Amino acid sequence: MPLILNDDQKLLKDSAKDFFSKSMPVKQLRQIRDDEVTECYSTDSWKEIVDLGWSGITVEEEFGGLEFGYLGLGVILEEGGRTLAASPLFSTCVLGAAALSIAGSQEQKSELLPLLVQGDLILSLAIEEGAAHAPQRTRTTASKSGDSFTINGTKTFVLDASSADQMIVVARTSGEAGSSAGLTLFLVDANSTGVSITSQKMADSRNACTVAFENVSVPAANVLGQVDGAADNLQDILSIGQICISADMLGSAREAFERTVEYIKMREQFDTILGTKQALQHRAAQLYTEIELAKSVVIAGLTAIDEGQRGDALAKTASLTKSKVGETFTLSSSEAVQMHGGIGMTDEEEIGFFLKRARTTEHTLGDVRYHQNRYGDLLGL
Amino acid sequence: MANLETFKSEATAWLEENCPASMRKHGGGADAEFTRKKRSGDSLLWLDRCAEKGWIAPSWPTEYGGGGLSTEEHVALVGIMKKMNIPAPLGGMSLTMIGPTLLELGTEEQKKEHLPGITSGNVHWCQGYSEPNAGSDLANLQTKAEDKGDHFIVNGSKIWTSGAMHADWMFCLVRTDFNVQKQKGISFVLFPMTDPGVSLSPIKLISGQSPFCQVFFDNVRADKANLIGKINEGWTVGKRLLQHERSSIGGGGSSRFGISMTLNDAAKKYRGDENGKIDDPLLKLELTRQDIDTQAFALTTQRITDETMSGVTPGFATSMLKYYGSELTKDSAEMMVSIMGPQGLGRDDDHDNFSNDERGSTRAWLFTKALTIAGGCSEVQLDIISKRILELPTN
Repeated sequence: MPLILNDDQKLLKDSAKDFFSKSMPVKQLRQIRDDEVTECYSTDSWKEIVDLGWSGITVEEEFGGLEFGYLGLGVILEEGGRTLAASPLFSTCVLGAAALSIAGSQEQKSELLPLLVQGDLILSLAIEEGAAHAPQRTRTTASKSGDSFTINGTKTFVLDASSADQMIVVARTSGEAGSSAGLTLFLVDANSTGVSITSQKMADSRNACTVAFENVSVPAANVLGQVDGAADNLQDILSIGQICISADMLGSAREAFERTVEYIKMREQFDTILGTKQALQHRAAQLYTEIELAKSVVIAGLTAIDEGQRGDALAKTASLTKSKVGETFTLSSSEAVQMHGGIGMTDEEEIGFFLKRARTTEHTLGDVRYHQNRYGDLLGL
Repeated sequence: MANLETFKSEATAWLEENCPASMRKHGGGADAEFTRKKRSGDSLLWLDRCAEKGWIAPSWPTEYGGGGLSTEEHVALVGIMKKMNIPAPLGGMSLTMIGPTLLELGTEEQKKEHLPGITSGNVHWCQGYSEPNAGSDLANLQTKAEDKGDHFIVNGSKIWTSGAMHADWMFCLVRTDFNVQKQKGISFVLFPMTDPGVSLSPIKLISGQSPFCQVFFDNVRADKANLIGKINEGWTVGKRLLQHERSSIGGGGSSRFGISMTLNDAAKKYRGDENGKIDDPLLKLELTRQDIDTQAFALTTQRITDETMSGVTPGFATSMLKYYGSELTKDSAEMMVSIMGPQGLGRDDDHDNFSNDERGSTRAWLFTKALTIAGGCSEVQLDIISKRILELPTN
């Protein structure tokens, strides 16, 4: 498949650009931050996204979705990334929908996907437990007793848990921490007895929570996929998540770069515009080149999902994508602040929002180190 | 699409029948840049068969000896050949630089005169661009062409001329007006290298090889019929050709210069444990990063090709690809000799103590230093890219 968008995808990209720039500009995020909104997103904007059908863009038609594919979702995420639009699109419609589609039974999909598409189900993936992304090191346990499981443990950096209706929890039903065997996915109602959610406001003005599970009882019917056998499904869910968050990051990286170019074209110092200085010109050209590479790995990653790549092959694609885009967004946002000079250090100038967003997305589902290590392992080095 | 499928199966059948088996292995295409005179055996046979089929230049119009393939068919053919491990019959600047430029900007007479020589593999071209004082600052060139009515008389010198010793013709940038802004007094001419006023002096490089010459012109005659574009408007023609050149220099990325080993395989062989595992975490990281960048670059080349086919690529994409691809190849060659340790640093004539791959790696290491200098050095490419993205005035 060629690495370009088709006409329908281009139209969608234009609509998304229009929507996010008008309805969810960066100043909306600032407002949400200043107003201390609990969810850290606008529920009105989320409703608009749902009304546009974007919550169900990858979901099969039989469950009420548009079945438009990941290239379609990718352009929406990228355009949302340009304005740092905060919504449960990633937590719910990327990770949640992928988890249900990949691991869910027919009953679970029929029950939950239509709710998700209609915006009536917010989902959070509770996976991380420490500073590093390392699913195989999961220590949260789920022990079986009769027709139910009892979950104990603590999850960190759970995106959008403060507004989640249900969480998809990665827990260990057997094996030792360090082994990817013995993991199981559970659907856990956020209001269950024993679940305590501590909301953390992150530097990027988004929400991530620490979620403690203390003897939380979950019916066996809420297992997603096989008991002890979540590893393969989880790898695919995460690969999809890693590629999709990269699309979001790409939009932000491009926007930070373009704003910086506009700034050095306009800013006058030393009796000339800054853009005439070769020290800045060459860095801008190198950044442009890195962004061109980032665009390629993102469209290739999204295409790979749509073409049905899964397993280690998709994991390798995902690590290529997220490591390349992660480096690029970090560089783009750091250079943006540097080239804006003093004004870039102020809260009033929006460029700082991009710097903060770069670092939180860097730690979403594995940082550059994680992905370079994994890519090297998958190369068989 | 049905037609494309038919084309694919016919092309596959033709290649099966006509490409000699000895060409279908790694290194089989190593002499793709060799002229007809330097070839023999299967390499010559393959060139002849492709010339007859029109597949030396598959996408050029048939009236000039090309294959007349559509872009889709050409892309399909390249894909099939890659899959069958079949080398292009001919590479080099006749096909990648002057040919496309003539097709785009030459007159009908000029196309008829010069393109069949390329598509038959008979005529080889060299590039008269750089001068001792005009390398990356190309517009500073001083080689002078005096207007003598129906022809020019050319005097001066060109340097870093690849393949000048084997070339039949030169395409050359000359100064036809010394009294205007330097870009505005340049013309683009063609003349035969057999002119008695042309003389050559090979330049020995740090690799020990002499792929380049300095070329001297003493009253060389260039017919007006071989002026491409208008007089004093050669800079535009020359720049267009440079875009073709950049695509061919940057395009390789992971090109291995005839070395049969990949970087990762070399690391396993020279640095791996008994199971071929690399226990040096820093080396593993370097290899990983190089692989990631190589993949990302290959995808970018593919994406930009796909975009070009749908007609939306900015012209300076060639500068971006040239810049990144040449730096990547240079880094890769540097890593290769570094992995081989002292075995990667043997002298080229010591066949006893250094393998072909080892000596090839040493040559590639030294040769690839040229990639970020030739065809507009990396710094010039960054200038071009930045002036376009910053919308600053360009020359």
